Amino acid sequence: MLHVSASPHIRDRATTQGIMLHVILALLPVIIASFFIFGLTGPLLFAVSAGSAVIFELLTRSVMKREQTVGDLSAVVTGLLLAASLPANTPLWVLIIGNFVAIVVIKQMFGGLGGNFANPAVTARIVLSVSFAGQISSYTAADKLAGMDLVTSATPLMIAKSGQGAMPSVLDLFLGKHAGSLGETSILALLIGGIFLLVRGIIDIWAPLSFIGTTVLFSVLTGQDPLVHLLSGALILAAFFMVTDYVTTPTSILGKVIFGVGAGLITGLLRVYSAMPEGVSFAILLMNILTPHIERWTAPTTIGGVKHAKK
Amino acid sequence: MIRMNLLGLPRPIHPKDSKNTAAMAIEPINGFSTVTIPLDMQVGPGCESIVKKGDHVNVGQLLGEPKGPWSVPVHSSVSGTVKSISDQILSDGTHAEYVTIESDGLDTPCPDIAPPQVTDKASFLAAIRASGLVGLGGAAFPVHIKLDPPPGKTIDTLIVNAAECEPYLTVDHRICLEGAEDAVEGALAVARWCGIGKVIFGIEDNKKEAAKSLKEAIRELKDHPHMPEGGVEVKVLPTSYPTGAEKVLIRLLNGRVVPEGGLPADVGVIVQNVTTLHFLSRYLKTGMPLIKKAITLDGSAVKKPGNFLVPIGSAIADVIEKAGGTRSEPAKIIMGGPMMGVAVDDISRPILKHNNGILVLDEQDAVLPMESACILCGRCIRACPMRLLPMALDKAARANNPGELQDRHVMNCIECGSCSFVCPAKRYLVQNIRFGKTLVRQAAASRGKGGKS
Repeated sequence: MLHVSASPHIRDRATTQGIMLHVILALLPVIIASFFIFGLTGPLLFAVSAGSAVIFELLTRSVMKREQTVGDLSAVVTGLLLAASLPANTPLWVLIIGNFVAIVVIKQMFGGLGGNFANPAVTARIVLSVSFAGQISSYTAADKLAGMDLVTSATPLMIAKSGQGAMPSVLDLFLGKHAGSLGETSILALLIGGIFLLVRGIIDIWAPLSFIGTTVLFSVLTGQDPLVHLLSGALILAAFFMVTDYVTTPTSILGKVIFGVGAGLITGLLRVYSAMPEGVSFAILLMNILTPHIERWTAPTTIGGVKHAKK
Repeated sequence: MIRMNLLGLPRPIHPKDSKNTAAMAIEPINGFSTVTIPLDMQVGPGCESIVKKGDHVNVGQLLGEPKGPWSVPVHSSVSGTVKSISDQILSDGTHAEYVTIESDGLDTPCPDIAPPQVTDKASFLAAIRASGLVGLGGAAFPVHIKLDPPPGKTIDTLIVNAAECEPYLTVDHRICLEGAEDAVEGALAVARWCGIGKVIFGIEDNKKEAAKSLKEAIRELKDHPHMPEGGVEVKVLPTSYPTGAEKVLIRLLNGRVVPEGGLPADVGVIVQNVTTLHFLSRYLKTGMPLIKKAITLDGSAVKKPGNFLVPIGSAIADVIEKAGGTRSEPAKIIMGGPMMGVAVDDISRPILKHNNGILVLDEQDAVLPMESACILCGRCIRACPMRLLPMALDKAARANNPGELQDRHVMNCIECGSCSFVCPAKRYLVQNIRFGKTLVRQAAASRGKGGKS
């Protein structure tokens, strides 16, 4: 018996699993940096988060009697990104609830990988910040290399907003030695990961560039310190790992730029004019919701396409 | 491979070209004891048999008469006795009459064979039709129809497709090396009788030797009395897939865009494959109709890959055997290249007029990965040479939505396979897009019948 199938009969080597593995590798510098900034808590939170995401994915798929997809590694990515966007003193049970929201509610309830309209990690982050404001509103930081203990302190964006407290130096902002979420503080680590994703062809430059550019431009126009807005908060984390998410952002170049500009604008508005010091999560969620429409508006025109008479 | 694409620009695919047989001359294989010749090997209706069981036939003798204006005749590729005429189901689900001939081993040529008398366009087209010629690049479109565009279309350029962008296949390459002069003369004949002022050969830069050979042949024929006034040139294009797809090749060579649902003739172009023109030139000199075809035999299960000239109607199994056999159990057989070729259901199927390659794959190469969910990565969009949204077409086809498919121009898809090739989720995009085209055709047909729209 011969195999018979439709053409083409050969396939490229790239796989969904391979792409997810690239994202995980790109997050490694961030995880390592979290150890130097927050101590063992950092890697521990990442591990618990990824582990619980995987378990929730396994359980949901088997309860729903659908084929097991945990091997695509997308749950690991979601778990890591959720941990990256939470403070280092987040209680483990809150983190686990967050992964339940991300994997079960946002991802699997909407059809699993590819079916979710919103970024699971970002949406879960928002659900947690609304539901457990008491548990995850304080940020800690310490320089573990210098043997310091974790202390609660204001994030640079909080300092900028309230005008109280000492702003870390630009170098400390870049290296990540300040209060903030687990995976957002070290710009250096994020840059290494982001450049890796760019060089390996996993992401392109449009969404990160337009997102960062718009946010920074907005801070300049509103009289803020652009360096603080660039180097602190979740801007760079989101630029490389969230506004580049395949499923919940547009596919066309123009669409990516619209998404980035929109998310940057909302981030700037929230950072400067709302009660909150940070607005990246809300900005991304709002733009996720707009994504199907952006896709429609920016769909490419086929070469030689002929308009069909409307029936 | 995933490669850097900082600006997220459209990018054609580059499958491994696997041109393992590029250096192997076309070797004739003869001595087949039986051949089974289908009377339908073309786009459009085929032929009706005019021989019966027990008849003796010679090489080049007519076996079937055309059923309609698009049909081209079919000839015997051996001399011998007609053993049976049977109706068989083809791989694509259609039926055709098959004439099985037992060879007498003598290969006696038919006595009527003589070079055709060509005096004008009509007699030229009639001769082409009588030769049984169809597009040998793989499409099997009748050449006499293609060379005779509807009134009102002026053709100013003949494009000769020597791109051979399919991996593995090297017969067009070999024809350029071994028969460049005939290929050019074939193009000159078409230009002369069809009144076309310019000829462009399009070839990829992984076939530099072939391009050189074509250029030399053109130089040698520069004083040919029928050189078109616009000249004959060879344009070398960067190797990428699908350079050789008709619409893509026209765009690359002279920047013209064939409209959706249109033909190259709509933009003043006719495209012919280089092997088609090579045959045409030989036919004008000898009068021997299309009874043999050069094919590339390759693939992981083949012991000795190579290029072979085989009688049309010889069984794939016999060709493999005579060419040196297999090194492992054949698990999949493809007529044509791996990107657009057709998987055949049975190793005893005959070689057809338009076959340019037979790929015999082992179990490992035969099994394609299972598909998983679309992650909207956009790779298919960037790979699509027609700038379609393959993943959206796939979704609309699965949702049985002909309206959406039509709005997204499904009919402009050339089924090159680039989208399925790059998809990291291994989705069966082309397969579903083809199904989507059927949905659109059905919807149009039911509207035509006054059914509900």
